[in-house]
Amino acid sequence: MNTVVRSPKGKEVVIGENQPTVLIGERINPFGKGPIKDALLSGDLKPICDEALAQVEAGADILIINVNAFGVDETVLLPKAVEAVMNTVDVPLCLESRNVTALENALKLGCGRPIVSSVTGEQPLLDEIMPLVKKYDTSVIAMASDGAGIPNNPSKRVEIAGKIIDYAEHTGIKKEDVIIDCLAESVGVNNKAALITFQAIEAVKKGFGVNTVLGASNISFGMPNRSFINIPFLSLAIASGLTAAIVNVKIVRPYILATDLLMGKDLRSRRYMNYCRQLKK
Amino acid sequence: MNEKLVQLMADLDEENTIALVKELIEKGANPMDILDDARSAMEIVGKRFETGEYFIPDLMMAGEILRSISDIVKPLLEGEGGGVKKGKVLIGTVAGDIHDIGKDIVTFMVDVAGYEVLDLGIDVPVETFVEKIREFKPQVVGLSGFLTLAFDSMKQTVEALEKAGLRDSIKIMIGGGQMDDEVRKYVKADAYGKDAIAAVNLCRQWIGG
Repeated sequence: MNTVVRSPKGKEVVIGENQPTVLIGERINPFGKGPIKDALLSGDLKPICDEALAQVEAGADILIINVNAFGVDETVLLPKAVEAVMNTVDVPLCLESRNVTALENALKLGCGRPIVSSVTGEQPLLDEIMPLVKKYDTSVIAMASDGAGIPNNPSKRVEIAGKIIDYAEHTGIKKEDVIIDCLAESVGVNNKAALITFQAIEAVKKGFGVNTVLGASNISFGMPNRSFINIPFLSLAIASGLTAAIVNVKIVRPYILATDLLMGKDLRSRRYMNYCRQLKK
Repeated sequence: MNEKLVQLMADLDEENTIALVKELIEKGANPMDILDDARSAMEIVGKRFETGEYFIPDLMMAGEILRSISDIVKPLLEGEGGGVKKGKVLIGTVAGDIHDIGKDIVTFMVDVAGYEVLDLGIDVPVETFVEKIREFKPQVVGLSGFLTLAFDSMKQTVEALEKAGLRDSIKIMIGGGQMDDEVRKYVKADAYGKDAIAAVNLCRQWIGG
């Protein structure tokens, strides 16, 4: 099953089982301290544009835009940031917000066919966000959690995913436009955390055939040398069926390219070879 | 103080720590002294966490060792006040937010530090906080949240506690992904703690023990 997303200028990215793993650049967000947070608070959009360009140059297929910081009016700043990124790079966007007005203000600008992120199994959130997804013909990331939190077993996560897919289809949203985030919790807290994620990905793929995505860095929360954990976690998740990942592209891309190669998703090794040749320049 | 016990536990050597505890008890050591040593070891663990030498799995490990020691020692303390908790802490993730990893770690560490903890779970409505605080009568309330929408839920929770006349009898600490001292001022809490060790230190400072 393929999820097709498009940039405002028409550039298409396809997420699907027989496609290379799609990399969603995570870095335009206000989490932690840094230039993006400062930029959001001051309204200066240049650091956001710089970060957009850097991620696309590093090989990001899609860019997340999240302006949800303390003291920021998302309804004003989300469309502004979206517009600035649209004018800087030509990739599909992933609008990350739970503020319906902010999302609609951004979608009204004409963002191509973006991803809206995110819903969960919580009814009020579905009732708010899904009509927007339908109205603006976008795709949507759905987290396999609900009002009771993140289930600590794979079957409950799969059950929630199923409910969200049903809801989407009833709203007139195609199944292939729902991308399930099977979620990752810290492996430092629960040593079975990654296994639960892998089992959920496999079951969602088998049961519904839809695409899956992960914000992978949560897996290493509270641990030292986080990349040591994040990178094999992604590889194993791809082997379990993951088709898109929200990542720091600059760091993980070579390993994802290698994983795709190993998983038979890189015909005649072209993507991997081209990447390695560029390294030598 | 038994320096060897403190050192073994601070180094997270579970096997030898437990063996030594059992040996000390057989030799007639005072169970209270053993608990005091365990507490000293936890302080060292906390400091190592703060300086970046220890990480979350190390905190969890230290907590498990402390729990094992308590399980051995507590039955010997009945009637001597050994089972008495140092004070009450109520904790929960505020309305609209379902993040629980950080909250669960704080709950665990505050519990093993010797406080009686009531964890209300996630997405806790303002009214539930008011009602449970009235019933449980904690000295410290911990509000957890990761999403920015948690800021307003925290603020509303604190305001509701003021209205209910409960604010003056409690200290409120906040924590979670995007929290900082600016947010602390906005929600009118008493302190922001950046991790589980900070939370334990705040309980010590406010309740004692």
